[in-house]
Amino acid sequence: MFEIDWNILLPSLVVAGLVLVVLCVDIIRPDNKGGVSGYLSLLGVGVAIWVSLSLWGRSPTHGLGGMLFLDNYALFFNLIILAGTGLTIFVSTGFLEREEGGRSEYYLLILAATLGMMLMAAGADLIVIFLGIELMSIALYILVGFFRRRTDSNEGSMKYLLLGAFATGFLLYGIALVYGSTGTTNLREIELAVAQGRVYTHPMLLGGVALLIVGFAFKVSAVPFHMWAPDVYQGAPTAITGFMSAGPKAAAFAAFFRVMVASLGDLSGDWSGAIWMLAALTMTVGNLGALSQRNIKRMLAYSSVAHAGYVLVALVAANERGIAGGVFYLLAYAFMNIGAFAVIVALGRKGDENLEISGYAGVGFRHPGIGLAMTLFMVSLAGLPPTAGFFGKFQIFSAAVEAGYIWLTVIGVLNSLVSVYFYLGVVVSMYMRQPVGQAHAVSMTPFARVALLTASLGTLYIGLAPTSLLQMARQTVSALL
Amino acid sequence: MDQWILTLLTFVPVIGAAVILCVPGEQKNTIRWLALLTTGICMVLAVWLFNAYDRANPAMQFVVQVPWIPSFNIEYHIGLDGLSVSMVLLTALITLLCIPASWSIEKGVKGYFALLLLLQTGMQGVFVSLDFFLFYVFWEIMLLPMYFLIGIWGGPRKEYAAIKFFLYTLAGSVLLLLAMLAMYFNTTDPATGENTFNMLVMMDQANHSEWLRAGTIFGRSAPLMLWMAMFIGFAIKVPLFPFHTWLPDAHVEAPTAISVILAGVLLKMGTYGILRFNYQMLPDASQYFSTLLAVIGVVNIVYGAFCALAQTDLKRLVAYSSISHMGYVILGMSAFTVHGINGAVFQMFNHGTITAMLFLLVGVIYDRAHHRYIVFPNDYHEPELRGQLGFGGLWTHMPIYGSLTMIAYFAALGLPGLSGFISEALCFLGAFPVHRTLTIIGTLGVLLGAGYMLWAFQRLFMGSFNERNKDLPEINSREIATIVPLAVVVIVLGIYPAPVLDLIAASLSDLSHTLSAHSGMAANAF
Repeated sequence: MFEIDWNILLPSLVVAGLVLVVLCVDIIRPDNKGGVSGYLSLLGVGVAIWVSLSLWGRSPTHGLGGMLFLDNYALFFNLIILAGTGLTIFVSTGFLEREEGGRSEYYLLILAATLGMMLMAAGADLIVIFLGIELMSIALYILVGFFRRRTDSNEGSMKYLLLGAFATGFLLYGIALVYGSTGTTNLREIELAVAQGRVYTHPMLLGGVALLIVGFAFKVSAVPFHMWAPDVYQGAPTAITGFMSAGPKAAAFAAFFRVMVASLGDLSGDWSGAIWMLAALTMTVGNLGALSQRNIKRMLAYSSVAHAGYVLVALVAANERGIAGGVFYLLAYAFMNIGAFAVIVALGRKGDENLEISGYAGVGFRHPGIGLAMTLFMVSLAGLPPTAGFFGKFQIFSAAVEAGYIWLTVIGVLNSLVSVYFYLGVVVSMYMRQPVGQAHAVSMTPFARVALLTASLGTLYIGLAPTSLLQMARQTVSALL
Repeated sequence: MDQWILTLLTFVPVIGAAVILCVPGEQKNTIRWLALLTTGICMVLAVWLFNAYDRANPAMQFVVQVPWIPSFNIEYHIGLDGLSVSMVLLTALITLLCIPASWSIEKGVKGYFALLLLLQTGMQGVFVSLDFFLFYVFWEIMLLPMYFLIGIWGGPRKEYAAIKFFLYTLAGSVLLLLAMLAMYFNTTDPATGENTFNMLVMMDQANHSEWLRAGTIFGRSAPLMLWMAMFIGFAIKVPLFPFHTWLPDAHVEAPTAISVILAGVLLKMGTYGILRFNYQMLPDASQYFSTLLAVIGVVNIVYGAFCALAQTDLKRLVAYSSISHMGYVILGMSAFTVHGINGAVFQMFNHGTITAMLFLLVGVIYDRAHHRYIVFPNDYHEPELRGQLGFGGLWTHMPIYGSLTMIAYFAALGLPGLSGFISEALCFLGAFPVHRTLTIIGTLGVLLGAGYMLWAFQRLFMGSFNERNKDLPEINSREIATIVPLAVVVIVLGIYPAPVLDLIAASLSDLSHTLSAHSGMAANAF
């Protein structure tokens, strides 16, 4: 019998337990419309964050038959994922009430997806990562279609499901090929097999790596596997769109980075060219696609594609600065993007979500606080100082320069120049266009206010005083290199 | 106080902005007075600095150096030498005068003054930063307030002008960012053995890597490419031909006070950047590009002047005259002589005060007549006015306004006895030994300058009085109060330029000697 180090499981156990509690609450109090579940979930997420923080800094271990890691890398991603989940729940309470979609399942599914993400970040075996991805994805398929009376919500859900199933196929086939050529699915064993040349056939391994890249590229919405993103982002309930753009993307990158750098790092000569192309295409197509969007959710969908591209630049660089930069960027992105979606939720009304960017005319003067917050998020997404987005991009690009990828840096920097145009388009609409029609009162629940304030302060704090978080990000790197 | 003066000067405005944000928006006068108080404090601090600055010491003074983001060796590192102290003074003075010049703004008063103060923080920060990263952050922080100030409080095509300004400047920033990264990875701090953003360390070529001295990038010489990247970044801000097209649009749409800041301070950041970064970090490459600089300077002078001659809109005329006058700065600094560089920096200061007057005076007439056409253009919305003089004979009607305008126009055209003359003369004097032909062509700018200024003055103030303007009231005391201090500075420095020249001389002659010691790079290096 082997000893179980419960610490390894602890963060996931908290969330798993939370899933069960929320499930039971729904059975005991079926009429609570999600209210109690929401508060419980928040509490649980808080506990999980506290647990993750208290485990920080221990020497890295793995356990449960080599299935899970407990290292700073996994814990840092836990923080990103849980922060995303927490902020989403804050935003959701009022949102569900307004849209009359309040049901316990909503929180249940969010928590299940969160559990899946945490497993992706901690997975030490391709099978665990795969299970995590499936747990997350299935919950998300349902969440996207949660407003089942809306056709666009259904359409998004169906598209996501079908394309997601294909991606799953690619990923599994990739795992199978890697297993076939190395004889193992364990990440550390794969690393050893590659390092010692114990590979059955090299082309088969490379085929497996290529398919893994396709599978992960789909999950992080990298071009050309991004087609689902705009429709799904547009169709999903707005709070869920914000959720999807932060946690799941971070988790997919967590697994992507770990597999590529830690296990397959010795093959980087083979895959870095492919990732280079993916990164360049993703940034460019994402930003150019966003330029012509009039619907803010679609615009942010393309923007999230573009941001995946920036993080891929960090993967291309694959040096210490790059990995820390990528990890840091995903944290910054979670705050600024969920903040932006919190604003979108706040500016919507029952029956009219007010998603056209032109509909934001005059918001800056009618609702100064919200306008200011949205400006901050847009500026941060565009990557201007002194915000989180700037310092994140700065790290990634400096890593790329350090690793000698000058052209990729130039492409990235030019892209972020292009992006300023459409992010400022929102600001132009809010402050410089004459509003049409009556001003609508904005009713934000105290929870939504907390979410907006947290996201704003986080965005500013990460930009102005990044030192402590940067050090934490640096401490994650040893897990990979 | 020595430790705190620069930090206070930089961050007092942002504190003022925060206080203003807490005042209810209806109390417009409270907000205005608070803004005036804040900029007043900054002016007092600047005057203190003017007295305390040690003129004999060419090195950085009032230095503060505190770690900010240690893992990148980024520091909060500020200080100033003769070059920056003149610009800091100019910034404090111009911003102070912009507050009364904005008194009549009624829309979104709170936001306007808060942004104006935030802008001041950005500007002061740029001039005192001694850490490249910190410099870049301030450089960018300045962009957004400017964008909003043009975009919200501007004229009819404000949106277009604001985004054009923003994208042009940002394109420059992007090059600057790349150059910053390249400098960072190729500079080693001898004290720690690590890469650093410390500008003073970057200025010592002994700390540069081999690549930065003689390497190549994209098949070309690395130092020259890097010099070019920084130069274009700064040239867009100056703006130098052919990157100047954003300037007239931004000026025409911006409210008066914002034009004043734009021309008075923001343009100087470009030339400041060239002097601080290109000249001090890459002196060899600067030598190599000396002729290019002189050519661009002369093109700016002559092209800007010809464009100014052709304008019918008074504000556009002043905007193009700015382009022309910034050309003198570039021509002066292109020769690396002591006279030339002193002249260039003095011209930066003088252009700041003179052009601020010009824009304030345009604002005065625009507030009254609601147009500022010297001659109504052919597509003016009232057909019967097309092609007619917009004003004419105003001097009899508004004698004080006319006289103040006369001082400003004479200063702009470089009349001896006013400050512009001395700095332009120094620029020519400094450039002549090195770039003879170009300097001679450049003097054409003086002639053309007299042409467009006097011709405009004649059409506005002389001739028969245009009866349509009989209801225009005389310039009021608030407006006089914004213009007279500048006029005093212009006249005093015209007769006795020592207060500013003494301030800048020690540091600049050091700079000039360092540059002259570098022979330049081989002609085939690029």
